[in-house]
Amino acid sequence: MSLFSRIFSRNRRYDDISVSIQEHLDERTDELMEEGMSRGEAERSARRDFGNVTVLRERSREVWQWQRLESLLVDLKHVFRRLWRAPGFAITVVLTLAIGIGANTAVFSVLNSVLIRPLSYPEPQQLIAMRFDAPGAPGLTDFRDELRMSASMYLTFAAHNRSFQSMGVWLPGTASITGIAQPEQVNTALITDGVLQTLEVPAAAGQWLTAADQDPHGARRVMLGYGYWQRRFGGDPGVVGRTINVDSESRVIAGVMPRGFKVVSYDFDLLVPLAFDPVKEGLAGFAYHGIGRLRPGVTISQADADVSRLLNVWMDSWTNGPGTDPHWYETWKITPAFQPLKEQVVGGVGNVLWVVMATIGIVMLIACTNVANLLLVRADGRQQELAVRSALGAGRWRIARELLLESVTLGLLGGAVGVGVAYAGLRLLIAIGPENLPRLSEISLDGQSLTFTLVISVLSGLLFGIIPVLRYAPSRQAVPLIGAMRTASISRERQRGRNFLVVAQVAMALVLLISAVLMIRTFRAMRNVDPGFSDPTSLQVMRISIPETLVRDPQTVTRIQNSIQDKLAGIPGVSSAGFAVSVPMSGAEPNWDGIYLEGKNYEGEEPPLRLFNYVSPGYFHTAGTRFVAGQDFAWSDIYSLRPVAILSESLARELWGSPSAAIGKRFREFPSMPWHEVVGVVQDVRENGVNQSSPATVYWPSMMANLYGPGPIDVRRTAYFALRSSRAGTQTFINEMQRAVWSVNANLPVASISTMQDIYSQSMARTSFTLVMLAIAGTMALALGILGIYGVISYAVSQRTREIGIRMALGANKSELLWMFVRSALVLTGVGTAVGLGAAAALMRLMRTLLFGISPLDPVTFTVVPVVLVAAAVVASYVPARRTAAIDPVDALRSE
Amino acid sequence: MAKNPEHRDLFPGALEIMILQSLRLKPMHGYALVKHIKQVSEDLLQVEEGSLYPALQRMLREGWLEAETGISAKGRPTRIYRLTDAGIRHLESEVVSFERMFAGFTRVLGAVKA
Repeated sequence: MSLFSRIFSRNRRYDDISVSIQEHLDERTDELMEEGMSRGEAERSARRDFGNVTVLRERSREVWQWQRLESLLVDLKHVFRRLWRAPGFAITVVLTLAIGIGANTAVFSVLNSVLIRPLSYPEPQQLIAMRFDAPGAPGLTDFRDELRMSASMYLTFAAHNRSFQSMGVWLPGTASITGIAQPEQVNTALITDGVLQTLEVPAAAGQWLTAADQDPHGARRVMLGYGYWQRRFGGDPGVVGRTINVDSESRVIAGVMPRGFKVVSYDFDLLVPLAFDPVKEGLAGFAYHGIGRLRPGVTISQADADVSRLLNVWMDSWTNGPGTDPHWYETWKITPAFQPLKEQVVGGVGNVLWVVMATIGIVMLIACTNVANLLLVRADGRQQELAVRSALGAGRWRIARELLLESVTLGLLGGAVGVGVAYAGLRLLIAIGPENLPRLSEISLDGQSLTFTLVISVLSGLLFGIIPVLRYAPSRQAVPLIGAMRTASISRERQRGRNFLVVAQVAMALVLLISAVLMIRTFRAMRNVDPGFSDPTSLQVMRISIPETLVRDPQTVTRIQNSIQDKLAGIPGVSSAGFAVSVPMSGAEPNWDGIYLEGKNYEGEEPPLRLFNYVSPGYFHTAGTRFVAGQDFAWSDIYSLRPVAILSESLARELWGSPSAAIGKRFREFPSMPWHEVVGVVQDVRENGVNQSSPATVYWPSMMANLYGPGPIDVRRTAYFALRSSRAGTQTFINEMQRAVWSVNANLPVASISTMQDIYSQSMARTSFTLVMLAIAGTMALALGILGIYGVISYAVSQRTREIGIRMALGANKSELLWMFVRSALVLTGVGTAVGLGAAAALMRLMRTLLFGISPLDPVTFTVVPVVLVAAAVVASYVPARRTAAIDPVDALRSE
Repeated sequence: MAKNPEHRDLFPGALEIMILQSLRLKPMHGYALVKHIKQVSEDLLQVEEGSLYPALQRMLREGWLEAETGISAKGRPTRIYRLTDAGIRHLESEVVSFERMFAGFTRVLGAVKA
C-alpha cells in the first residue's frame, strides 16, 4: 500500500472511530433520558460510563499508527516547527550546547586514549613496571623518585622469579648509523630478552630478537622500528637479513616491529639487544627500566613479596668488587614497589587531565543552566497553551514528554554541531598539549568518543529539560487555566527557580575563575624562577656521540670534542661554545653517586647521593650559569688530568657552609680515585624543571683519570654541545653547525638539535597547557554567567513593566527602581560568590600538585576574583535595568 | 478512571472472543455490541464501555471484522461491524483452545477436591 493510500484509508478509519463513539454516547444519553434523567445529567453519566473519551479515541487510532513512534514523530514535527519560529532562541541554545558538548567530547577523547586505554598491548592489565623504592639511599630522591634495576638484578630475578610469565629490562639510548647515507644518530631502545615477550606484539616482518642475542659473544642483530623502516628503507620487506652499521659495528636486521609499537611510551628507531656479560657485571649500575608480565592470578603484592625474597639471593650472588660488602645495600632498604605499567605511563599527566575534564564538565553544567533558564522563560510563554491542553485531556506524562522531547532535540542538535567543535578543539589540544602526553598523536574522535557525545547530548537535554517539566507539568489541578500572570507581577515561586540557577552559575564560574587565576600566578611564579641559565632563546644545543668503535682512544675523543667546540665557536655570530653530558630539563639520564670529603671520618656511614655532570671549559659561560666563587676548568686541566671539580652552590653550602669556603677543599668518589679539588662553585641549576628543586650537583671535568674503570682514563663520549648566538634556531645556522662538526669528523651524526627555549617551554608545557585550558574554561564560564544574570534581570524587567508603571505613577523614583533590580542581581551574585568561595577553597586542595610558588588559598586571588565577578554582575544587571528608566507609566499600564 | 482498560479484562483475549461470538449472531454497531455483551455476560465483564473501541480497531486490523456505514436503532449514522470468514475461523480455533483450557482447569480443580 502506498503511503498516500495508507494515510487516506487511515483518515477514513479515524472518521469511523469518531462516528462510532459519538453514536455510542448519543444513544446512551437517549436511553438514560428515557429512564428519566435530565439531558445534562444523562450526558455526564454516559461519558462517565464510557471512560476517558479522548484517551480511548487516541488508543483506537493508535491501532492504525506505527504506534508510539508515529505519535513521537508528530511531536517531533511540532518541536521543529516551534524551533523554526524562534530562530534566535534555537541558535543561542544550539551554539551554547555545541561549545559545551564539543569541548567535553574533545577532552574526553584525550582522556580516553591517554588515561583509560593508554597501552596498546594484549592483556595490558598483566603488565607491571618493576620499580623499587630505596628510602635508605640518601639523596636519591633529590633527582629521581625510584631506584631502577641493575643488570645483575635482572639476571637474578629473570632466572628465579615465580611471578612473571616473562620480564626484562630496557634503556633508551642513541646510536650512530653509518654506511647508508649521511651519518645519522637514531633513538635506540636497548632491550634484554623478555621485553618483547612481555609486550607480546608480534613483528611486522622477520622475527623478534631472541635469547640467543643476549650472548655477549654471539650474533649481532637488531630490529627496526616501523617509522625508521619507512623513513630509511621505504618499507621494503626485503630489508630483513641485510646488514647495517650501528655505532660502527655491523649488525643483521632480524625483523621490523609494526606501526604504533613503542617500548612502554618510548618511540624508537632501532631495537638493540642488551648483551650483559655476567662475568663483568657487579651489583651496581641501577640504570634500567624493568617491565614484567604477571602470571595469571598473581597479584602485584605477591610479585613484590616474590622479588623481595630474591633481593637476598641477588646480594649473595654478586659483588661490587673485592673488599666490598655485598649486603651493604641492605642499608638502602631496597623494596619492590611494582605498579601497573599504565600508572607509570600516565604518571602526572593524569592529574592535569582530570582537572581539565572536571573544568570542562563545570562549563557544560553552566551552559546547561543557561539553557534551562532560557527554556523556563519559553515555557512561561507557553503556560496557557499547556494549561489548556492539560484541561483538554492531555496527560501529565504526555506534556512532560513533549517538553523533554524539545530539550533532548536541542541537546542532540547541539551534540551534532558539537562534534564539529570537538574536531577543531582536538586539533587545538594536540597542538598545545604537553609533549609528554602519552599517545598524543593517536588521539582521535573514535566510536567511543561519539558514543560519549551522544550520551552527554541526551543527558544534558534531559537535565536542562527536567527543570521546566517539574515546573510546568505538575498534577492537573495545579495548572492555572487562565494565566493569572497576565495582570499580576511575576510570582515569587517562579522567580525562585531562575534565581537558584543564577546562584549556581555564579558559584561555578567563581570556582573556574579562581583556578584559572591560580594557574596564571603559578605560571608567573615559574617564569620568575632563575633556572640557572640565561636567555634560552639564544642558546642552541645539540647532541654528539663518539662511539668507541669509531674512536677508541679517550684522549683522541677529548681532542675531537675540543676541536668541535672550537669550530662551533668560530661560526660567525657565535659568542661562545661548550659541552656537558646533560643540559637542564633535557631528560638526559643522570649519573649519581656519593662523595667522600677529605678529612672526614665516615665509619661505615654512607654519604648521600649527588647528581653528577661532566662539563668542558666554557660550558658554564655559554649557558649563562654564573660562578658564585672560584673559576672554570681550563683545557690544560683537562689534558693534564688534573683532579679538579666544580660544585653547585647548594652543595657547597651544605658541605662547607659557604661557596668561598669550598674553594680548595678536596673530595673523591671512591678510595682509588685521587682527591679532587674544588676550583669553582656555580649557581644552582633547575635540572628537572623550574618547579622542581635544584639537585645538589658535582661537575667533573669531561676527561678524568680513572683507576677503577676499564681503562686508565675516563671520557664522556656523548655530550650536549651548547652555543650562544643570536642566530640560534635558524636553518642556515643549523646547517653551519653540522658542517662545522663534519669538518672535524665526517662520520659524526648530530642529534637533538633544539634551542634551550624549546626545552624550557617543554618543561613548562604541563603548566601552560593547564593554564590555557583553565583560562578558556574560566572565560567561557564568566561569559555564560554574565549572560545568565543579564537574562534573568532583563526578563524580570520585561515581566514587571506593569508593576513599574504603577510604582512610577504612584511617584517612585526612577533611580530607586533601577537600584531595585541591580540590588536583586547583587544579592544573587553575593550568594553565588559565597557558595563558590567555599567550594573553591575545598577544591583547590586537589589542585595543589599543579600549583607552584603559590598557596591554594592565595588571598590575592580569593579577593580579586570575587570583586571582578561582582563588578561584572553589576554591569550585567545595570544594562537591562536601565530600561526601566525609559518606561512611560502610561504606556506601561496600557500595554496589557 | 482506568488507566489501562486491557488489564480489567478477565484474561487476555476474553473481550475479543465475546465480541466475535456476539457478532457471529448478527452484525451490530458499537453500542448494541456493548449492551449485548453486558446482558449476556450478566455484567461479568466490568470493563468501561469505551475500551471496546480500541479492541474493535485491533480486530479490524487483523481482518477478523469489517466495518460498514449504517444507521443505528435510533436512526443515527454509525458503523456496523460484521464478522469475516477469517474472523469465524479465528473464533473457532480460539473456542477450541479455550475449551481445552477449561477442561484442564476443571480436571485440576476436581482433583484438588477429591
